Amino acid sequence: MLTIFVPKEKLPEMIGRIMDGARVFAPVKEGDGYRFRLLDRPDKADLTYQNTRLSPKELIHPPAEAMFSYSLKKGDPKEGILEEIPKALGKRVVWGIRPCDAKAFQLVDINFITDQYVDPWWQKRRQATVLVGLGCGKPCSTCFCTSVGTGPFDRSALDVLMTELAEGYVLEAVTEAGEALLAEAPEGTPASASVLAEAQAVAEQAEKSLPRLFVPEPLKEKPMTELFQAAFWDEVQFACINCGTCTFLCPTCWCFDIQDEVHQQEGVRLRLWDSCMFPLFTLHGSGHNPRNQKLQRVRQRFMHKFKYYVDKYGNGPACVGCGRCVQYCPVNIDIRRVAGMMTASCVCPT
Amino acid sequence: MHAYTEKIREAAQRLLAEKKVDGVIGFRMGTIPMMSEPVFIRHADQVNQLVWNGFCGVNLANYLVKRKDRVAIVAKGCDSRNIVLQLQENQIRRDQMVILGAPCQGMVDRRKVWTFLKGRDPLQATEDGASLRVSGRDFDEVLDRQAFLQDNCRICTHRNPVIYDELLGDPVPEQTGVDRYEDVRRVEAMGFEERWRYFEDLIASCIRCYACRNACPMCYCPTCFVDESRPQWVGKTLDPTDTRTFHLLRAFHMAGRCTDCGACERACPMAIPVRQFTKKLEKDIKELYGYEAGVVPEGRPPLDTYRPDDPQDFIK
Repeated sequence: MLTIFVPKEKLPEMIGRIMDGARVFAPVKEGDGYRFRLLDRPDKADLTYQNTRLSPKELIHPPAEAMFSYSLKKGDPKEGILEEIPKALGKRVVWGIRPCDAKAFQLVDINFITDQYVDPWWQKRRQATVLVGLGCGKPCSTCFCTSVGTGPFDRSALDVLMTELAEGYVLEAVTEAGEALLAEAPEGTPASASVLAEAQAVAEQAEKSLPRLFVPEPLKEKPMTELFQAAFWDEVQFACINCGTCTFLCPTCWCFDIQDEVHQQEGVRLRLWDSCMFPLFTLHGSGHNPRNQKLQRVRQRFMHKFKYYVDKYGNGPACVGCGRCVQYCPVNIDIRRVAGMMTASCVCPT
Repeated sequence: MHAYTEKIREAAQRLLAEKKVDGVIGFRMGTIPMMSEPVFIRHADQVNQLVWNGFCGVNLANYLVKRKDRVAIVAKGCDSRNIVLQLQENQIRRDQMVILGAPCQGMVDRRKVWTFLKGRDPLQATEDGASLRVSGRDFDEVLDRQAFLQDNCRICTHRNPVIYDELLGDPVPEQTGVDRYEDVRRVEAMGFEERWRYFEDLIASCIRCYACRNACPMCYCPTCFVDESRPQWVGKTLDPTDTRTFHLLRAFHMAGRCTDCGACERACPMAIPVRQFTKKLEKDIKELYGYEAGVVPEGRPPLDTYRPDDPQDFIK
């Protein structure tokens, strides 16, 4: 597919041109961290970042979104009717997304776009979004993408893969949408063989720096109840304070809550991020809570990612190894260590 | 400070062997630089997991609330003050605990180190007296440890445990001449609009993960006001009204109870300086009542006391 080379000084020009036809999101420095933001100026995109603190899932699955509005006014012709609140679903480009975060979108697609149910806004935003990935030349020490089936230069969830070289970027189209983005780009030139070789070397070097820490595949074979009842959960859960940091920062945690907020005669129906770490997450209307113990909630997070998702969808695990939860957990609960325990307790088929 | 490691292991071994406690709450080596993980040691053959270093910033008193068993707990100055508060608030009994007091030299703020490193990835961090050595693939930096302490540690005046059964080392000199409220005075000096804007900006990036609340040893309500669902008290959105309500109510609930241990600020994944909400209250309690939370086990805290001869009218 089409592969071009864009010198570093030309990149803002290219982003600027694309901004004319689409809303472009890119990593922007905020305080000491980075976050994907809608660009108002191309030079705000900062591709020197390692990774954003919050994953870009917020672009497709906003933390708090008003879905519908309604009226409770007697006699109002719209009384009791849920009316969809218009959303910005037009063409978007996410520039500089890491391959792991893009992979996460694919993993969540499997849950939000099924034969039975389709989440309309997830689907529409996904369809309207072109993902220009930035390969990880220097993965972080907390990264473990290669252990969970993706990698620092994994193209499989991207439309374009960018590789940074000293003088510029190699942009390789992966899909037709990506090719359309790169076609007729006056900022670039067709990538030469030497440039391609250089990009290839960067990718290989990065992959080599990430040895696999555990092998999740055998988890498929392990009886669910054995893992569920494993003794190690007691040790894993002790430090956990049941905050939502891991789940909110995670690119594959998709759970949400639906709430109505009514002011006088007007109401809105909201969709809000929720977290399996919170006791309220599973509180039944009866007052019963099937996960009222911390151990149950901690186990749920890991079992969902490494076992339930895998069993249900024949895919996964539902983790891309971005390392955010490892880096930001306030009490150092390390998913790599837990995955290691889960796989070690596996009687792996030989 | 590392000498504590051996003493903690020795004490844990002894207390478990003598069946004085059912377990020991301490720290084990973390999996990433500048982090130690809280751990519960139940058996004498596990005591070698226990460590002590300048990365033990988590307030372990958080793991005491409503325990039924007998435990030993490693307690820094701030942890010990929170233990005092929990005793005053009947969250645990004194005879359930063996407190291993750890005179503290302050805990390292890994965020400050990250800021200093400007994106370079730390692979290892070690301490040697007053210095902190951080190294990675292509760098090796020796830093002045004091300059990279958590903000609350830099102004701490209770580094030595206020309550303990065994002390893990000689008491450390308390910091003197510390201005604890320089930042609060700066906020107090702001005009109304500016002050409002200051706090609004502070919480703009809040994601409502409640790490600040959950890291706090004094946040132990069976159902937090933000989790009340029948009826719901507080909105769950990221609208400033909802976020502000959470932060202000959380702070006010800490009035007269906050020890400025820094657990909330340390836990925040968005690096919000949440202590800015509680410090003013802490200053007020000190100025109005001459009281510091959790320093003296005897007597009741000022906001926990009813006096029929209260000089103010509203109570009558």
